[in-house]
Amino acid sequence: MAVQHAGTRGLVLRGLVKEYTPGKPVLRGIDLAIAPEGITAIIGPSGTGKSTLIRCINRLVEPTAGEILLHGEDLAKLRGRALRLARRRIGMVFQEYNLVERLTVMENVLSGRLGYVPLWRAWLRKYPEEDIARAFELLDAVGLPEHATRRADALSGGQRQRVGIARALMQRPELLLADEPTSSLDPKTAVEVMELLARLTAAAGVPVIVNIHNVELAKRFAQRIIGMAGGAVVFDGPPEDLRPHHLQQIYGGEDWL
Amino acid sequence: MSAPSIAGSAALAREWHRHTPAERIGRWLVWLAIVAALVWAVRTVEIIPEFLHDAPEQMADLLVRMWPPDLAHYYPSVHAALVETLHIATLGTLFSFILAIPLALLAARNVCRNPVLNGLAQLLLVSSRSVNSLVWALIFVAVFGPGAAAGTFAIAFRSVGFVGKLLAEALEETNPGPLEALKAAGAPWGSLMLKGVWPQVQPAFWGIALFRWDINVRESAVLGLVGAGGIGVVLDDAINFFQWERVATVLLAILAVVIVAEIVVTRIRARLI
Repeated sequence: MAVQHAGTRGLVLRGLVKEYTPGKPVLRGIDLAIAPEGITAIIGPSGTGKSTLIRCINRLVEPTAGEILLHGEDLAKLRGRALRLARRRIGMVFQEYNLVERLTVMENVLSGRLGYVPLWRAWLRKYPEEDIARAFELLDAVGLPEHATRRADALSGGQRQRVGIARALMQRPELLLADEPTSSLDPKTAVEVMELLARLTAAAGVPVIVNIHNVELAKRFAQRIIGMAGGAVVFDGPPEDLRPHHLQQIYGGEDWL
Repeated sequence: MSAPSIAGSAALAREWHRHTPAERIGRWLVWLAIVAALVWAVRTVEIIPEFLHDAPEQMADLLVRMWPPDLAHYYPSVHAALVETLHIATLGTLFSFILAIPLALLAARNVCRNPVLNGLAQLLLVSSRSVNSLVWALIFVAVFGPGAAAGTFAIAFRSVGFVGKLLAEALEETNPGPLEALKAAGAPWGSLMLKGVWPQVQPAFWGIALFRWDINVRESAVLGLVGAGGIGVVLDDAINFFQWERVATVLLAILAVVIVAEIVVTRIRARLI
């Protein structure tokens, strides 16, 4: 089901390789096609290259080789301004939220528009009216309408991640990357944040690629699960197909199962 | 209990030293070098015993001559010089920031990725610091002639190194996370600096600015000794004419300004952070 759109719409990775040290690949030639809808969860042990994979897609990490085709355009070839314009189309949510602590919630959400808004407008805080209206809508949607003027460092972890989601959606992205968005949160908040992420991205029709440690959360929210081990994809399928022997293959060992 | 007979007692008998023998010899040599340097320094300075002996009397004599301070002398000459000193300090600090901000951006390794430019910026910052403000004042008196302009530039050029170094350190200590997030949103370089970096260094920036202004008020008070304007000129004149009551007035005025500056700076800094 995932591959049918691969030719034109959606994201296609071809032979993606990343070596931080030459000769020691972290990603060993990843081939994937991600549909332009739904949530795809990437699971796998720490240090297996999940974070590297997701950061290669928006080029926060430089891939060593391979193609990253977003709607048919190869992001791996882009430089300078073209790369910046491509990044505007991809939203990102981080494990440590990565908010600017000393700015207000509102400014953090609006900073999702920094790829579009000229520098002088950002400096004078004269964001376009429609951006401000959308920021208020998103703050309502993530359940923080009364926190607009609070400083980001006054929020709890769950609230910060909600701001992070609002900031990413502020870009009106065509793809959303989430790197361990729930790993710094307690179990209840983690579920709430995942529910929010799933609901808002479904409403906006934005496909999501999420790195996640928690297999239960992955099965609950994703329509497709990709299991990685040793820098390669070892499982790819719907959550209901994920069996204990797959998990054994992904994480190794069996005593923990 | 006789240790050797118990199995595993080797572990108990192991000795622990804080330093290896080589480290001990090294530390001893460092102490020796410090003592040698001290002895050498004292011998070079050639303190004349007679002068050292009557120093307390000389000091007491000076204080007696200073008392009572000639407060009538304060207005207008000392007052005008004092205001000029404050202007030199403020303008000099302002100029130093105009020069220091670009240098700090070039010196911070997380902002400027070019090691050659990093090194060059750091070299300029170090050279600014390696020259004392009195020496800078002498240079600028030669360039601009005596007066407040020379003092202002001396303050500015001496402060660049200090401000630039601390600012570069503040830049390097910023959390890269928010910057990564804004980069992922496609923000151009200027916006990254404005919204990702500036909010993080802002408290350090104002702290450095106030601290340096505070130092510059004190430094500009002595620049007049080499003709670079400010209250130092008045002080120099009074000393040259042996008008010790006037010297006392000038010293009291400087003390008052430094105390007021200290109070003001502490208050403002407490509000900023």
